[in-house]
Amino acid sequence: MAYTEEELKKELETKEYEYGFYTDIESDTMPVGLNEDVVIAISKKKGEPEWMTLWRLEAFKYWKEMEEPEWANVKYEKPDFQAISYYSAPNKKPKYDSLDEVDPELLDTFKKLGISIDEQKKLAGVAVDIVMDSVSVATTFKKTLAEKGIIFCSISEAIKEHPELVKKYIGSVVPKKDNFYAALNSAVFSDGSFCYIPKGVRCPMELSTYFRINQAGTGQFERTLVIADEGSYVSYLEGCTAPSRDENQLHAAVVELIALDGAEIKYSTVQNWFPGDKEGRGGVYNFVTKRGLCEKNAKISWTQVETGSAVTWKYPSCVLKGDNSIGEFYSIAVTNNHQQADTGTKMIHLGKNTRSTIISKGISAGKSQNSYRGLVQVNSRAENARNFSQCDSLLMGNECGAHTFPYIEAKNKTAQIEHEATTSKIGEDQIFYCNQRGIDTEKAIALIVNGFSKEVLNKLPMEFAVEAQKLLEISLEGSVG
Amino acid sequence: MLKIENLHASVEDKEILKGINLEVNAGEVHAIMGPNGSGKSTLSAVIAGKEEFEVTEGSIKLDGEDLEDVSAEERAHKGIFLSFQYPVEIPGVSVTNFIKTAINESRKARGLEDMPANKMLKLIREKSELLDIDRKFLSRSLNEGFSGGEKKRNEIFQMAMLEPKLAILDETDSGLDIDALRIVANGVNKLKSKDNAVIVITHYQRLLEYIVPDFVHVLHNGKIVKSGGKELAIELEEKGYDWLKNEAVVE
Ligand SMILES: Nc1ncnc2c1ncn2[C@@H]1O[C@H](COP(=O)(O)OP(=O)(O)OP(=O)(O)O)[C@@H](O)[C@H]1O
Ligand SMILES: [Mg+2]
Repeated sequence: MAYTEEELKKELETKEYEYGFYTDIESDTMPVGLNEDVVIAISKKKGEPEWMTLWRLEAFKYWKEMEEPEWANVKYEKPDFQAISYYSAPNKKPKYDSLDEVDPELLDTFKKLGISIDEQKKLAGVAVDIVMDSVSVATTFKKTLAEKGIIFCSISEAIKEHPELVKKYIGSVVPKKDNFYAALNSAVFSDGSFCYIPKGVRCPMELSTYFRINQAGTGQFERTLVIADEGSYVSYLEGCTAPSRDENQLHAAVVELIALDGAEIKYSTVQNWFPGDKEGRGGVYNFVTKRGLCEKNAKISWTQVETGSAVTWKYPSCVLKGDNSIGEFYSIAVTNNHQQADTGTKMIHLGKNTRSTIISKGISAGKSQNSYRGLVQVNSRAENARNFSQCDSLLMGNECGAHTFPYIEAKNKTAQIEHEATTSKIGEDQIFYCNQRGIDTEKAIALIVNGFSKEVLNKLPMEFAVEAQKLLEISLEGSVG
Repeated sequence: MLKIENLHASVEDKEILKGINLEVNAGEVHAIMGPNGSGKSTLSAVIAGKEEFEVTEGSIKLDGEDLEDVSAEERAHKGIFLSFQYPVEIPGVSVTNFIKTAINESRKARGLEDMPANKMLKLIREKSELLDIDRKFLSRSLNEGFSGGEKKRNEIFQMAMLEPKLAILDETDSGLDIDALRIVANGVNKLKSKDNAVIVITHYQRLLEYIVPDFVHVLHNGKIVKSGGKELAIELEEKGYDWLKNEAVVE
């Protein structure tokens, strides 16, 4: 590998990342509890057509008959679903024509997040569709995108403006009754993003959505639908930062990706919700269903950096339906203090010559528990399917745990499946070596952890990688000494 | 510069250093020799501030300041550098990134801003040329899969980048081939000045032909049993350590 001056320079650049704040914005919240009337009210509030209301009601019917899953390696107090308010929208919420109209406090929040839209416009070329407490409040770059025929808007808007696309694809990858949380989300989803890339179009910028949970006690139910039509390409970023809160907050998002023939979707996430305090109080419950469908010659890559939440339950998956399609999963999951994460992926090989790669890096500190759970399934008709999985765990201290649960189901003899796993501990000698070079222990750990996670960090778009690296440092602060 | 008085240090209640006295002034080169297990690496680790070792008696002073309560990273900020006998691997962290972090952390401790990227770049270029290091090498993970000699050369590269006041080279010569030894020694010599000092720990006279010491000390069983000029190293090469071991008992 050549190592150019340019690369050297890049490596020398540093950037600071700020975090930890919350915004005081009046919002319009629904009374707590869930029943058919609430589902109808949500749909009505959003001005949805009848087919959508019926779709939600059907999901609600399924949900009522389902039970919360118990199989994950996590322990938590089950949320009381009747004590949650299912809708919250910022009060001053008419659609803005320009940024000047946006609540200044909100803009301030964006600045703290390092995503000042002005700055973004100039520097990164990132269009940002910001979801603040469930309603999109600002959308930029729409015009540039529109010229290419790209649709990037809130899901509510898409339901109204592009019903044919939504109707066709929503629930097609994650069915309403897929699982308990997916059913709940289908019934009550508040907002989220919608993206459609037309045939043969390469989306010229990274599409990015920043999610935040802002209202105490408001469950957030995002719904994201990304459709890449034949031969198109899109890179989608989803990131979030949440202010510190005492109460448990439930988050149950559903993300569906559809990559049609020859299309490619790159979906990157940085998740930094409130993990709870040192004693394990509070923190977000993050129960997410993410799945992508690949048609012929299509490719989907999931990259995630999970540092937040008290309890994480998340398995971004790929259904490799089309021949020659490719699924990838690159993940870094950090747990500290009392955090619990059970995360991994499913690669379902249905088509011929399908390939999948799984790289998972788990970092556990404090009294946390970090589990990787992965399934590689090769269908009987999937000739010549290949999978490579690598799961590495890094432990800090003696009170945390790392667990690996790789499941393999191969029903075709031609399948080639490789699995590698390692567990290591940050050594005293490594720390002393860094100390001796003037690097204090906290920074030394950050350095070692970043090195450990490098293969995954490298998969993130540049802008995101810097932020993710900072997040790793922040999440592990105070984990030693 | 460095003044060690009656230093006793132990690990897990086992005493390893048993009363060391050593004074190193600016501009000087000291060599420490001695049989395996005599405590050379322990002494360097204790000077560098490794907490695993407990100082039970005596003191280490740098420019008159007692280092007792000074952490390892602060000692580094004050200009102490240790070239490790066994450098550790840090997977995924490039040599460049590591040295950048080290330099900027030391600058931060002195209240300075990060070193500008182009200045860092220039420094890296300069020092890697001095030590004949291939640029590609700098993009590799720190010490991961490095050959023995590469590890040592990389230690000296870091030393060159950090320009320490006091450098302790713990068996930097072991593992180096003849050419590398000359290159590394030349590098060390170029960095030497009247303001800094070097402690060279070695088993072989050969390195001392390149880096000529002002003083040679023999460490045995946790004590310095003999000190002398550079001739002492030649004598040791001929006679081995046995005659000194007896001397220690007499003392
Ligand atoms: N962490 C430790 N725990 C127990 N014993 C230790 C520890 N570190 C060093 N020792 C012991 O202290 C003694 C001195 O070791 P040290 O590494 O300082 O020797 P050295 O003079 O550098 O030897 P060499 O020439 O082989 O490098 C040895 O007997 C060694 O086993
Ligand atoms: Mg030694």
